[in-house]
Amino acid sequence: MSEPDPNYSVNVRDFSLWYGDFQALKNVSLNLRDGIITSLIGPSGCGKTTLLRSFNRINERYGNVTTSGEITILEKNILDADVSLPELRKSVGMVFQRPNPLPVSIYENIIFGLRIHSDRKDLRRSEMDEAVETALRQVRLWDDLKDKLKNRATSLQLEQQQKLCIARLLPLKPRIILMDEPCSALDVDGTRAVEELMVSLADDYTILIVTHNMAQARRVSQECIFMLLGEIIEHDRTEQIFLSPRNQKTTEYIEGRYG
Amino acid sequence: MFQETQHVKRKKRAERTAQGVFLGMTLCMVLPLIAVVGFLIYKASPVLSIDFIMDAPERGMRAGGIWPAFWGTVCLVFFSVIIAAPVGVLAAVYLHEYAPENWFTRMVNLAVFNLAGVPSIVHALFGLGAFVLFAGLGKSILAASLTLAIMTFPVIIESTKESLAAVPRSFREACWNVGATRWQTIRGVVLPNSTSGILTGIILEVCRAAGETAPIMFTGAVFFKAVQGGDVFAYGPMDQCMALSMHLHTISTQVPGVPEAIPFATAVVLLGTVLVVNATAIVLRVIIRTRKKW
Ligand SMILES: Nc1ncnc2c1ncn2[C@@H]1O[C@H](COP(=O)(O)OP(=O)(O)O)[C@@H](O)[C@H]1O
Ligand SMILES: [Mg+2]
Repeated sequence: MSEPDPNYSVNVRDFSLWYGDFQALKNVSLNLRDGIITSLIGPSGCGKTTLLRSFNRINERYGNVTTSGEITILEKNILDADVSLPELRKSVGMVFQRPNPLPVSIYENIIFGLRIHSDRKDLRRSEMDEAVETALRQVRLWDDLKDKLKNRATSLQLEQQQKLCIARLLPLKPRIILMDEPCSALDVDGTRAVEELMVSLADDYTILIVTHNMAQARRVSQECIFMLLGEIIEHDRTEQIFLSPRNQKTTEYIEGRYG
Repeated sequence: MFQETQHVKRKKRAERTAQGVFLGMTLCMVLPLIAVVGFLIYKASPVLSIDFIMDAPERGMRAGGIWPAFWGTVCLVFFSVIIAAPVGVLAAVYLHEYAPENWFTRMVNLAVFNLAGVPSIVHALFGLGAFVLFAGLGKSILAASLTLAIMTFPVIIESTKESLAAVPRSFREACWNVGATRWQTIRGVVLPNSTSGILTGIILEVCRAAGETAPIMFTGAVFFKAVQGGDVFAYGPMDQCMALSMHLHTISTQVPGVPEAIPFATAVVLLGTVLVVNATAIVLRVIIRTRKKW
């Protein structure tokens, strides 16, 4: 096993994944650089969501999944048998296509992760209040919501809901945030707001975002990965991918010849 | 411009006909119900009162009230629910949330599904063999409640599974992705959001159990038992008891010379009990629904 490079927070070596007999990922190898936004593009069904879910091993909840290869996160192969999944998922958070706040208050949504990971008696009120304020400030919702913390999270606007779903991850101090088409349910303003938020979070977290929107990939990401039929076709700096892709298939996809 | 063509006219006629037919069918269902209830209450009116429920029967069940039967039904249903509801709900949680997708799970699901359709007389015979004779409980409230429980719990499992399935996938995903275990997900999100459905299922089953005669006839219910009117300590778990459904059967077919109003009033009490329990279910559901919105 080669030493993982400290500049990378995720190293994937020869990773393959099967749903039953169907091979959804084929010998994927890639490195995600720490502290930047990487975007993942490709036609639907090519395995973007599957790859994303592999990084916190949530695929196992969706069906009969077998894997081979290696995914190293924070110097540990997360496919090893001794990996604690709750701890892994603390470090690797996920944001979904449709905002999915839980049907409880805003406050409870944000400390939900803390509650999951600590004994009831160890959680002090002041600690929780602080976690909520910090998380909401980081996603720029504090000023809007500080007087409404008892309100139901599901009654917020979609944009706020999506930011809340990001905020919900933060008290667990994740290293990596995975986002699966996080703006596809939002309008133009919502999209812009969430993109700005991603950029501001990029310094502190490694962000991997799946998107269908090429313009979005260009706006927010420094590196870009193009996938097709379970394989990585090209992984490069974003300008490189969009201005002079090396692979014919990438060119065709970017030019919109298939979607 | 914009005049009705022949085609549009035909469509409109079809639309009206369809609506009429559907309304008719709905009335076909509602009118008999109203007629039945109205008829029962009319026939029962001479004796119907609170005292009728609270008093013991007199003169060989030809006069007086129905307290022993009413209270017997309450006891039977109460015991059967505290047995069947926890078992059914927890089994359903296992089957829906934990069980791996394999042949064993499929077998169990199929068995539960089929058990829910077994006629109650079959459960009655099973109860007689298993609880009364084999387990040596004798004819008793306990044996009868166990029999009712066996009868109700597949249905409770089915309805609970449906309520669990109605909790959106995205709630579970939200939990999994912050590292919640299955149990934390169930405790924190799945159960709180399916309580109303689960309770409704249980309560509807309670109603069905309350009306059954066959399963209790062989296992714990008797024609007559001398009990003081209004005595809530009349029955212990090992006693036999009277029950509304069976009492109704007895006084309508076995005892000569019962005034007509008494069986009708008994039926009204049985129906009323079921309606009250149902109404509770609806109110509960509305209350819980308004507290959650998704
Ligand atoms: N739970 C699953 N069971 C079986 N096949 C799946 C499952 N999830 C996804 N797939 C299949 O894996 C492939 C990749 O899916 P996905 O990762 O969702 O693609 P994308 O997110 O790029 O649209 C698709 O062909 C899809 O049908
Ligand atoms: Mg997808």
